[in-house]
Amino acid sequence: MKALVAVKRVVDYNVKVRVKSDQTGVDIANVKMSMNPFDEIAVEEAVRLKEKGVLTEVVVVSCGVTQCQETLRTAMAIGADRGILVETNEELQPLAVAKLLKALADKEQPGMVILGKQAIDDDCNQTGQMLAALTDWPQATFASKVELVDGHLHVTREVDGGLETLKLSLPAVVTTDLRLNEPRYVTLPNIMKAKKKQIDIFKPEDLGVDVTPRIKTLKVSEPPKRSAGIKVADVAALVDKLKNEAKVI
Amino acid sequence: MASLVIAEHDNQSLKPATLNTVTAAIACGGEVHLLVAGKNATVAAQAASHISGVAKVLHAEADVFEHGLAEHMAAQILALSSAYSHILFAATASGKNIAPRVAAKLDVAQVSDITRVDSPDTFERPIYAGNAMATVQATDATKVITVRTTGFDAAATGSSAPVEVIQATTADAKSQFMGSEIAKNDRPELTAAKIIVSGGRALGSAEKFSEVITPLADKLGAAMGASRAAVDAGYAPNDWQVGQTGKIVAPQLYVACGISGAIQHLAGMKDSKVIVAINKDPEAPIFSVADYGLEADLFVAVPELVSAL
Repeated sequence: MKALVAVKRVVDYNVKVRVKSDQTGVDIANVKMSMNPFDEIAVEEAVRLKEKGVLTEVVVVSCGVTQCQETLRTAMAIGADRGILVETNEELQPLAVAKLLKALADKEQPGMVILGKQAIDDDCNQTGQMLAALTDWPQATFASKVELVDGHLHVTREVDGGLETLKLSLPAVVTTDLRLNEPRYVTLPNIMKAKKKQIDIFKPEDLGVDVTPRIKTLKVSEPPKRSAGIKVADVAALVDKLKNEAKVI
Repeated sequence: MASLVIAEHDNQSLKPATLNTVTAAIACGGEVHLLVAGKNATVAAQAASHISGVAKVLHAEADVFEHGLAEHMAAQILALSSAYSHILFAATASGKNIAPRVAAKLDVAQVSDITRVDSPDTFERPIYAGNAMATVQATDATKVITVRTTGFDAAATGSSAPVEVIQATTADAKSQFMGSEIAKNDRPELTAAKIIVSGGRALGSAEKFSEVITPLADKLGAAMGASRAAVDAGYAPNDWQVGQTGKIVAPQLYVACGISGAIQHLAGMKDSKVIVAINKDPEAPIFSVADYGLEADLFVAVPELVSAL
């Protein structure tokens, strides 16, 4: 069985982005870009399932600019077998990405698609669920455990208040949460090996998908600033402030 | 133009997040209807009918609605969707799971995690872990929206809207509910709590976490939260995580004990009214957002605080 794993190139999680002064967006020129952390967990999970013999091939897909090839190379250094880049300079929103992935799923016929639950740039948390809708496949979002049992996926999900387990028929869509696994460090030999792996490149038109954005960003502004308050000397002073100044207890 | 709010409930009572979502729906301008889809959910539907600003409650009953699985919920919502310009969900684990499935079936974009309604098609939402706020315009005919509950006040209760029992529509589902482990406790829900006491990696172990944080939470009648580091280390359960990809909270009082304050954590709690930080590292970033900072060893300061209250 084959798995398709979607990976997004995003501003590295350690970078604190700055809003552009003309309010058209955030400044991402010359900032470090990395694979979305949830997608790294998705790649790791697929590679582990392959190592367990559940999967036979792991295909990674990224949609976006030419440099997304670097993200695909990282995924292949973790252990993915080959890559697909859907190349475009157009701003891609989750619905468009879900349609591109649907077109690739039709072509590749995977047994499962694994995605990160959320990208840390637009914080949308939509693509996996949208892909499940478009393919009419079952979905298990926010996964913290994935097992194949008698031809079905048993997925434990992080929900409000605790955990929930679902049984899905295949093919299925899974989105990853933080506790699913801890991605391995990529080693130099694996980075070298990844350079030789194949990347196929398509344009959205080749897949028959219209990626025109449906949501217009009118402006991007700084969030309200919260300034530091005061340091209190001891517990008694803290209790006094909370009771008499802030009046919250 | 009318809005459909998807009620979140456990078949008995409504989740508080539903009330904030109703407020966002009212701001969208049209009449507000509430969908309660559940199993034996008459009590929840009755509770929903008392929310001020709700014109009508639609109550759909089916066994498969019991656990709110996305495929069935989406089928039910899609059956009703043509009558609505806006479909709103709370941005909770459940809302985030179902909403995009509905949006994609309608071939419309979804606006996630809105914090303000500027006009019926224009909304504000945080991006980059709240380090920027985007004002966005949705161009599709139907707006599918998830609502960040900390951005909107809870709607009042006390009215009485009619409850209309509707025909249930379910999916030919390929997923099944197998079981759940939901922690039962008497504490307020994290996202609805007035006071939250949160612990970080400095607690050092699950035992210490519970030994130090629990008495303070008990004393204050508070919900308990944790930083990602504490959850990853196994000191606290997954669903206690406060932050960009965990729970977004805005209580009256947030007490951060031994939390350094990574931007991802700040993203989840910086809208709290009053923030208290107890940390022995004077350079900890948490102090840059705290109203009251106490530079002290939490193992001494927290028990002292418990006895001083």
